[in-house]
Amino acid sequence: MSTESLPDAAEAIVMRARVEPVSAASAVATLAWRAMLRIKHVPFQLFDVTITPIMFTLLFTYIFGGALSGSPKVYIQYLLPGILVQTIVFITVYTGVGLNTDIQKGLYDRFRSLPIWQPAPLLGALVGDLFRYSVASMLIIVLGLILGFRPAGGAVGVLLAFALVLVFAGALSWIWIIVGMKVKHPESVMTTSFVFLMPLTFASNIFVALETMPGWLRAVVRHNPVTHLANASRGLMHGQPVGADILWVLVASAAIVLVAAPIALRLYHQER
Amino acid sequence: MRARDPAARRNPPQMTTAIEVSSVVKTFGKTRALDGVDLAIRSGSVYGLLGPNGAGKTTTIRVLTTLLKPTSGRALVLGHDVVREAAQVRRKVSLTGQYASVDEDLTGHENLVLVSRLLGLGWKDARRRAEELLGAFGLSDAAGRLVRTFSGGMRRRIDIAASLVTRPEILFLDEPTSGLDPRSRNQVWELVRQIAADGTTVLLTTQYLEEADRLAERLAVIDHGRVIAEGTSPDLKSSVGSNTLHVHLAKQEQRAQAEAIAAGVVANCVLPQTEPSAVAIKVPDGAAAAAVLGALARADIALIDFSLGAPSLDDVFFALTGRPAEAPKSEGKEAAP
Repeated sequence: MSTESLPDAAEAIVMRARVEPVSAASAVATLAWRAMLRIKHVPFQLFDVTITPIMFTLLFTYIFGGALSGSPKVYIQYLLPGILVQTIVFITVYTGVGLNTDIQKGLYDRFRSLPIWQPAPLLGALVGDLFRYSVASMLIIVLGLILGFRPAGGAVGVLLAFALVLVFAGALSWIWIIVGMKVKHPESVMTTSFVFLMPLTFASNIFVALETMPGWLRAVVRHNPVTHLANASRGLMHGQPVGADILWVLVASAAIVLVAAPIALRLYHQER
Repeated sequence: MRARDPAARRNPPQMTTAIEVSSVVKTFGKTRALDGVDLAIRSGSVYGLLGPNGAGKTTTIRVLTTLLKPTSGRALVLGHDVVREAAQVRRKVSLTGQYASVDEDLTGHENLVLVSRLLGLGWKDARRRAEELLGAFGLSDAAGRLVRTFSGGMRRRIDIAASLVTRPEILFLDEPTSGLDPRSRNQVWELVRQIAADGTTVLLTTQYLEEADRLAERLAVIDHGRVIAEGTSPDLKSSVGSNTLHVHLAKQEQRAQAEAIAAGVVANCVLPQTEPSAVAIKVPDGAAAAAVLGALARADIALIDFSLGAPSLDDVFFALTGRPAEAPKSEGKEAAP
């Protein structure tokens, strides 16, 4: 097979002089391009982020809808903005999984030995992840509309809710970047993260209103950032004032980034 | 941002030395992966780091390519300190790691475009360079295939191609032929020779004594995180001190008998060999070799072949470490991530 043999011309490799290194922005853009290519070649990555939300939305709407709100149609008005939050929060884990896989395969050794702005591979991957979050978000909304979700806040409200969820997801991703660099296997990223994410998303008001919970739990749930995000998402989509929740989410996101990003970058620069 | 060594800037070091490592120690927890490594590698040569698994070869390369910070000691690559001037080092070197450091989920062409872009080429230029390299490495037909579907040899080639998008002053190759079939191994050797002929300094690590012998002008033998010998391959061989008679037995079960007979002729002469049917005997001269062969013939020990020559690197390794070059399986992976 011709692909198995080298042309025997010894002069075949024409050397090329080194050029000026790329700018930071250009490196990030190139690595984001790589993330997109991976989605193109391994569409299964999108399968994960599309099937789960579809399943959740359908299951919760039809199983709990009647019991919780009288009818699925009424419940979905409450549930959908929350399901969006839950789904996106869950799939932020893939940021860590992807990073861990790249590290284990030795790919990050190449990136780190290149003359590029060092955080570029992390940020490039994050851009790809944000794209995936967006695809998942769109899907949930479309499915919701089919099932009878009617956002009173209109398209603008829905888009603002999207944006807010993406901000929080982007921030949360930094935590998985840290986990992704610390653990030995991609599966461990999953396992570790679910221990946090299960309580984080279920001990919130995504599925049921705060008022239905016992007092001690209510105190916990009220301070869960996911509760604030779900409130904000619901409020924006239905055109209700939720300024305080939005602010809360933005502050929480900023706090996560301020703490996690420097740790992640430090780990990234350090040896493994 | 980074502190620069003002002295280094005023007096740029002579570029005849590509790599200078002094007393580099690297510890991982309680493990001393590098235990005071010293190296001086001349520009424009192929230099081999030879040693068994876990000896510290990969750790050395990772320190030199700025992926690991040494715990103590100092390493200069092309005159730049690998810690304080890491960015300058990265601008001048390329690394092809032990595991194929290309993206398996991208095509061959996309991988090379990716690296070309990251090295500063424009999109159009990057695509052209990718095609050029695919052609040069005999991978044009596989350009559009995902690297995941490549054979071991093809992966190795795309990996080396990615390191040659633009000319590195030093190319680091970590075990470039491990896991390759003999044919692919030969192709990689040919590539290394071409790259070196073009003026790039090549530092490669290998567990294969034959590989180091055939490619590298100079070698460092590394064991337990230390350089235990350094020199040209003939230097190292002559350091073992005498000629070696290599005999290949027709029946490997006669090995113990053959060794005993040889020991009866020349005292303390049997060198351990990893191959069950091979016996290596240190002999002071040709007459002693003839005597050993005569004794073996009289005992009816059939030989497939024999040769008298300078010791092999296997012999060198034994002379230096007191054990054969093959590491015990239990020693595990080098430089745990």
